[in-house]
Amino acid sequence: MELTDRSGLDWADLGLEAVGRAEREAVERNVLFSTFEQIKAWARSNSMWPLSFGLACCAIEMMATSSSHYDADRFGVFFRASPRQADVMIVSGTVTKKMAPLLRRLYDQMAEPRWVIAMGSCATAGGPYVRAYSVVKGVDQIVPVDVYIPGCPPSPVALIYGIHKLQAKIRYEARTGKRVMPSGH
Amino acid sequence: MGIKRVPPIAPADDAFLQALVEQLTAALGEGVIESAELNPHLSHSPVLVVDKRRLSDVARMLRDEPLFRFDFLNDLHASDLKTHLEVFYVFQSHQTGRMLGIRVKTERPGGSVPSLVDLYPTANWHEREAYDLFGVRFEGHPDLRRILLSDDWVGHPMLKDYEQHDEGV
Repeated sequence: MELTDRSGLDWADLGLEAVGRAEREAVERNVLFSTFEQIKAWARSNSMWPLSFGLACCAIEMMATSSSHYDADRFGVFFRASPRQADVMIVSGTVTKKMAPLLRRLYDQMAEPRWVIAMGSCATAGGPYVRAYSVVKGVDQIVPVDVYIPGCPPSPVALIYGIHKLQAKIRYEARTGKRVMPSGH
Repeated sequence: MGIKRVPPIAPADDAFLQALVEQLTAALGEGVIESAELNPHLSHSPVLVVDKRRLSDVARMLRDEPLFRFDFLNDLHASDLKTHLEVFYVFQSHQTGRMLGIRVKTERPGGSVPSLVDLYPTANWHEREAYDLFGVRFEGHPDLRRILLSDDWVGHPMLKDYEQHDEGV
């Protein structure tokens, strides 16, 4: 079987010598192949709509991320005011014990698949209020967290990095079929 | 309709403190006021330590007596002084511009203090807060339940010897 063709691609060098003739002809017509899971992950990771969950000063950075200078819209990140329309919950701020049941209820109202980003020290582990009687020591006590972003507060750049990490995680899980973190934490 | 102007806070002096103590003692008897001083931390306003059993009488007189007319309860909070609990009231007059602090001591834990809701409706939420965080029971309060913490909270977290019920959460 010839290993070079009219496109000039060296299929063996690309590790694609097992690709059949029909597929190669399709590739030459710019048709791409993937799995359905990867197509879904590609679509999902490029339109992650966060639930606005501003709880403290981190929310200011989150708002800055979505406004014109940092422009989170270009990653398909549009803030939604309803959990029914949201894919990802960005917990930005201090979660108090009084807020915790409401946070869990909003998480439960989100349609699957759903993800959680813990933004900043407070949402990650209680932050500077870890000794306070009223503060939950990390939002992962209530909901499973996919990405933790350190910082107090994290800058918009750090939040964008965290969103990119979550996108990479979604695509990796679709590509390999492995869970980065066990379901249900 | 004219706009009523609130006078600026008037500085207090020893003469005013003297008159205050004499008036209250004359009307309500010896022992009502346990001590009196001018407090530099409160715009040099008089601060009286009042017998908690007579607090309602003192507050009513301060509000209604034409000389004082303390028509506004500016602040109400509690403190834990380890040996006892203390409730601190700040009264203000929108007519004379005077300020006045009152301390009331009660036992800890869970001491009681007469409620001032009848005289100053604004005391309602303040007393609920002091109850919530310090466990001060305000006798005569119409609705004494927690205001900041959840209803199933265990303990009163601003007490010095508070230990968290759900450590680790």
